[in-house]
Amino acid sequence: MRNRFGELDLAATAAALLLLLFAVLAMLAPLVAPHDPTASSLSARLLPPVWSEGGQSTYLLGTDQLGRDVLSRLIYGARVSLTVGVAAVLMAGAIGTALGITAGYLGGFADQIIMRVVDAWMAMPSLVFAIFLAAMVGQSAINVVLILGLVYWTRYARLVRGEVLSLRERDFVKLAVVTGASSLRIMVRHILPNVVNTTVVLATLMLGVVIVTEASLSFLGVGVPPPNPAWGLMLADGKQAMMVGKWWLTVLPGACILLTVMSASILGDYMRDRFDPKGKMR
Amino acid sequence: MPGGRFFLRRLVYAAISLAILALTVLAFSKVGGDPVTMMLEPGASQADIDALRQRLGLDLPFWAQYLKFMQNAVTGDLGTSIYYGQSAVGLYFDRLPASLLLAGTAFAWSVLLGIGVGVTAAARPGCVLDRVGAVLALIGMSMPAFWFGMLLIMFFSVHLRWLPSSGSGSWRHLVMPAISLGWYFAASHLRLTRSAMLESLQSDYVRLARLKGMPEWRVILRHALPGALIPVVTLAAINFVLMVNAAVVIETIYAWPGIGRLLYEAISFRDIPVIQAVVLMSGSMIVLLNLATDLLYVAIDPRIRHAE
Repeated sequence: MRNRFGELDLAATAAALLLLLFAVLAMLAPLVAPHDPTASSLSARLLPPVWSEGGQSTYLLGTDQLGRDVLSRLIYGARVSLTVGVAAVLMAGAIGTALGITAGYLGGFADQIIMRVVDAWMAMPSLVFAIFLAAMVGQSAINVVLILGLVYWTRYARLVRGEVLSLRERDFVKLAVVTGASSLRIMVRHILPNVVNTTVVLATLMLGVVIVTEASLSFLGVGVPPPNPAWGLMLADGKQAMMVGKWWLTVLPGACILLTVMSASILGDYMRDRFDPKGKMR
Repeated sequence: MPGGRFFLRRLVYAAISLAILALTVLAFSKVGGDPVTMMLEPGASQADIDALRQRLGLDLPFWAQYLKFMQNAVTGDLGTSIYYGQSAVGLYFDRLPASLLLAGTAFAWSVLLGIGVGVTAAARPGCVLDRVGAVLALIGMSMPAFWFGMLLIMFFSVHLRWLPSSGSGSWRHLVMPAISLGWYFAASHLRLTRSAMLESLQSDYVRLARLKGMPEWRVILRHALPGALIPVVTLAAINFVLMVNAAVVIETIYAWPGIGRLLYEAISFRDIPVIQAVVLMSGSMIVLLNLATDLLYVAIDPRIRHAE
């Protein structure tokens, strides 16, 4: 990956490689994980990582309070976080782009209704709104995706609408109108391809935000339900043990979240610099 | 009056936003199921159920319920907590001081640090402080606040035994929650200050000040900074409201008796009126804050006043 001077962008490359690594581990989880992530073993509870005193080589990163292998849970946790994160970003992107194009291209009453909803929904702090929705619809991984889609589509809608307002005045759109293309056709065939770049950049920037929100919901007990090995759930489970010095149950899942989110954020910044040189998204 | 139409339109928009907020909260609450089943003993008679439904207005059609909800909301009545049996708005205001104390402390340090480092970094892009600041900002924006909070507990409470791990009552209880809450916002203030300062340093009035031969520190503090502060102050105001209302995870970890903790408890008890109150109050505060900033801009900036 190169920056605009043609030099290798080390940070962006490292971030992309790290995300790729997490994605591959997540996909191959059943093959690479040494243990079943939900199998507990009462004789092997709260074992520290292998390099600490008392650690065992069968459990490289130790075990939790139920004797479940931390490394396997982290690998399967990557599956949960990345799947939920990517699905939620796609969901929010699809809703937001569709409504943003509709508002921007049709204008008038449709624009008013959509943008007033965007204004109102963006006023709610995203975590509070997500917690509220989660408390209402109940716990499941699919519900978390729906919730995050509902919470975050507004950002896409606002950005896409702004783009469409200027695209609408361009000659190729006016020509399409003159040739008698329907509004729907113009929006799908002429406008949509021109906002995809913006949407993809925003989606990359949002991935980290969405993963943190999912982890927070799971941590609070309204996100991905146990016994799924979600990183946020592992942090919640490890809280008791943390108070008696079992650091690995807190440090390791959090470090996974941090690395994933930081990589997504670096990659997002890189894509923004590449595809949005005028800085509309800053 | 110049700007009168703009003024009026903003006012109407804010009112519409509040109405949509109320509609959203009420409509999604219906998805959660019938609150009556939560409020009565299992095996309550059908007559009791019907009586309670009627008393709560749940027998009315949705639009009638919505109008009543709005009517009550305007008079500051968002229903009665199912768990505490008290007014939901009353509970919110009981918990507000604790949240204001925590948010105020976190806000103070995050603004001082964010603006301080942001200005220094923008004055000399690429200097050591700029690089350190950029890395810290990246980590601050990426680190889940609750994980940072847990790391602090592990180090300062479990390992060093310097600070209490949870609770409230003394300044020692305040240190860790304020640090973990403010971290993200310090990073966000830093980033915005730096980019606003860089832009402001390119402006004509700063160039003029330099041409006049002013000392650089004076150019930065007296000419560039005031112009850069407008977006920073706007963001900071919104961030403050977010800190008051969205500190759910931090307040949960540290058992801090604020609004975030109230929301967390309300979820565990499925106390819908309290959840509704917290969501509505936080959303309304942002709507009103946005309205206030817009109106302030109209008052300050003649370009907006005469734009219509």
